[in-house]
Amino acid sequence: MKTIFEKSRPGRSTAYLPPPAEGEPPISSLLPEKSLRARPPALPEVSELEIVRHFTELSHRTFSIDGNFYPLGSCTMKYNPRINEKVAHLPGFAKLHPLQPADTVQGMLELMWSLERMLAEVAGMDAVSLQPAAGAQGELTGILCIRARQNELGQAGRTEVLIPDSAHGTNPATSTLAGYRSVSVKSNARGGVDLGDLKAKLSERTAAMMITNPSTLGLFEEEIRAISDLVHGAGGLMYMDGANMNAIQGKARPGDFGIDVMHFNLHKTFSTPHGGGGPGSGPVACKKSLEPFLPVPRIARDGDRFRFDSAAPKSIGKVKSFWGNVGMHVRAYTYLRFHGPEGIRRNAEHAVLNANYLLSRVRKAYKLAYGRVCMHEFVLDGTPFAKKHGVRTLDIAKRLLDYRFHPPTIYFPLIVHEALMIEPTETESKETLDAFADALLQIAEEAKKTPELVTKAPHTMPVKRLNEVKAAKEPNVRWCSPCDPPPPPE
Amino acid sequence: MDYIQNTPADAAEMLRSIGVPSIDALFSSIPEAVRLGRPLDLPPALSEQDLLSHLQSIAARNRTFDAGRCFLGAGAYNHFVPSVVDALFSRGEFLSAYTPYQAEASQGTLQHIFEFQTMVCELTGMDVSNASHYDGATALQEAVALSIDKTERRKVVLSSAVNPQYRAVVKSLFRPLGIQVAEVAHVRGVTPPATLREAGEGAACLVVQNPNVFGCLEDLPAVSEAARSAGALAVASVNPVSLALLRPPGDCGFDLAVGEAQALGIEMGFGGPWAGFIAARKEHLRGMPGRIVGETVDLDGKRGFVLTLQAREQHIRREKASSNICTNQALMALRATIYLETLGPAGLRRVAETCVRRAHGLAERLARVPGIKVSWSAPFFHEFVVEVPHPEPFLARLLERGILGGLPLNPPYRDLREHVLVCCTERNSEADLDAFAGAAAEALKT
Repeated sequence: MKTIFEKSRPGRSTAYLPPPAEGEPPISSLLPEKSLRARPPALPEVSELEIVRHFTELSHRTFSIDGNFYPLGSCTMKYNPRINEKVAHLPGFAKLHPLQPADTVQGMLELMWSLERMLAEVAGMDAVSLQPAAGAQGELTGILCIRARQNELGQAGRTEVLIPDSAHGTNPATSTLAGYRSVSVKSNARGGVDLGDLKAKLSERTAAMMITNPSTLGLFEEEIRAISDLVHGAGGLMYMDGANMNAIQGKARPGDFGIDVMHFNLHKTFSTPHGGGGPGSGPVACKKSLEPFLPVPRIARDGDRFRFDSAAPKSIGKVKSFWGNVGMHVRAYTYLRFHGPEGIRRNAEHAVLNANYLLSRVRKAYKLAYGRVCMHEFVLDGTPFAKKHGVRTLDIAKRLLDYRFHPPTIYFPLIVHEALMIEPTETESKETLDAFADALLQIAEEAKKTPELVTKAPHTMPVKRLNEVKAAKEPNVRWCSPCDPPPPPE
Repeated sequence: MDYIQNTPADAAEMLRSIGVPSIDALFSSIPEAVRLGRPLDLPPALSEQDLLSHLQSIAARNRTFDAGRCFLGAGAYNHFVPSVVDALFSRGEFLSAYTPYQAEASQGTLQHIFEFQTMVCELTGMDVSNASHYDGATALQEAVALSIDKTERRKVVLSSAVNPQYRAVVKSLFRPLGIQVAEVAHVRGVTPPATLREAGEGAACLVVQNPNVFGCLEDLPAVSEAARSAGALAVASVNPVSLALLRPPGDCGFDLAVGEAQALGIEMGFGGPWAGFIAARKEHLRGMPGRIVGETVDLDGKRGFVLTLQAREQHIRREKASSNICTNQALMALRATIYLETLGPAGLRRVAETCVRRAHGLAERLARVPGIKVSWSAPFFHEFVVEVPHPEPFLARLLERGILGGLPLNPPYRDLREHVLVCCTERNSEADLDAFAGAAAEALKT
């Protein structure tokens, strides 16, 4: 397929504004010549019809929840309800300028305030900030709050953050960004935190532990109380990566099992669209002791009036411009109000039911990394296929594309070699789960009988396997006209 | 209410296959002591029709303004969005896809990001761009982080004419790390390059915004010269619409150009979600944060696109990664991409020129209103500063007349007590400018 630049013809662009009226001053009389660019940016010139066809064709080359089962582990690819989109586009939300006076946005502020209260209840926490733009930014916000709190207590000597070896890469990256040293804690044979190793690594240098519960293995941390007691006992605080809240919403609350601060991923648990990789939204929820450090402004309520309040001297400051990804707040609010307490709990129950059912269907052909009842996702270990048939997890993933399924997350968590991490979510039907299980079982057969079919997959996509080494060695990250001279080597 | 498809019969069959008696049994790994023994205290579920009425009633308690009567800017701009942007943006394939980890099944997403990167490079005059960032403020924060990594210096210098929100975001990350964040005061709306040069000694980067928060144009070549002589990187935060007309940072010797793409077809939406962008000279490519899409070939030699240079990223480098970012803002960057491709160079130029003409037209009209003074004489793009006695009641009176008249600059600029920032876009017609000037004269009389 051509890029839009190859479809461009000089003079073809659509005029959206009338030409300047008679007698309007030339731009050169309003802006100094030296501030003006010499050459216009080489944007494409195409008709509106060509634009529509171009993006329609691009959409056809994009796997999505709307088109395909998408069991990407750790990403909670559930149905994105259309009511959410409709509501977010209401002019009373979409057309608001973020700096309008508070009196003109009372509905918006009340919605955000209510969403904060609902998230606090789901988390079992006291206070929430909606400001972080995504999960990773929520992590940074939470860790900076911990840092500010410990500095206030005169504990600046706490320089380490403990992180289980099964954690998302964002956890150690966040801890570095916030000025901490990451210390990895081993997992035990059941996939939980190894308490012995945890004890060995706790010290007066421990600032916090970042934990994911349920873990990235799809397992509830059975010793969570003991873990948080140990960390608290050493003077550290507990951060929870809320990526997997979909499994426990309405069943258990982080605030009740010893977590001090956590983030939600609204694009996972509360169905806001993933959009091809963002926007996310990563609200942070915390206990009373950390509330003074949350980003400003907070939303304050005086009787039935709402306003932004920046008077928080201990706050870590702002982490994002304005008030966060508000359009995502509107969608998540809508989702929570549609479900109510009963619906939210049922989501967790059926997410876990679907995952365990799918696991029961594929278990005879695939090795389960940790042999326990799973929560909302499970991790398979493809090592036997690699050893016996030379078929790697990557090959299985690519072969799934020929069956029109998006592959699971692969090669993560890092502690499982050849990992396939599968999260079906609650919104899939038994028929879809059966069809996916049948495909996985079929591929297991293919791996034995016709391994080439699998290792050369995909066979039915618009492109075959792509040369990633070339892409990284000779990076070309923008389109250049063939007439342009080639960029000089680095 | 929910979107669950399992019928009771399905659930029973599934439980049989798993070999447990009940759904509850699947939660046995959660210790009894930490289970929630009660329903969540949330408002009850609403049917879709009641839910829509409920949300419509909330939306109705927010005041929207006639498109032409909004003169508020300061980082959020009221531009016209062509219908085709919403139509294509709403396609479920774009909405409900995720990060293109499996390139063969995500060529659509990868290609539209590649086109976004190309146009960001064209606008900014830079060699390389990433796939987008959370917003303009965090894009600036990342550019500053890159400068600190690159130069191994622990001080950064920002002009006070950089949007205060952006400066706040930079400070909240770097101050706790002991990085010195110095500010250089603007003089009558612009940043003196000589002062920047002086403050830039030992700095990782010098940061300006263009047009700056007051709408004024900075002397970009002089700023980059100041950075070069201080051994610092030159970083510009830019408005992409202005780049249809203005000399891009890449042509003025800058190392990094960042900004906010909201003005490119993204609704103001009370401040987000929008999309930041980060562009750089190619020597900084391997230090860039976030996703980057690159061109390559498949096994048959056919062109295709992949996420590339992933060895920089957190999921590979973990604690050694230069950024913790995972998601970008692909869906919002898609809006900007559709917008730019629809307008083309001539369309974007016309938008930019109309913004400039309207802003200058309004400044001229307001200058004639007794009691109002247009501050400063520096050239400006589509925002400018006026002085009026008692800005708050003045703006409130305009609001009564249906006009969102601008932003008082104090706070955060304590010394700009009577100063109001006013913005025009192509949505403000000549008649709207007359209405503003008329209402302003009235407001000052009463």
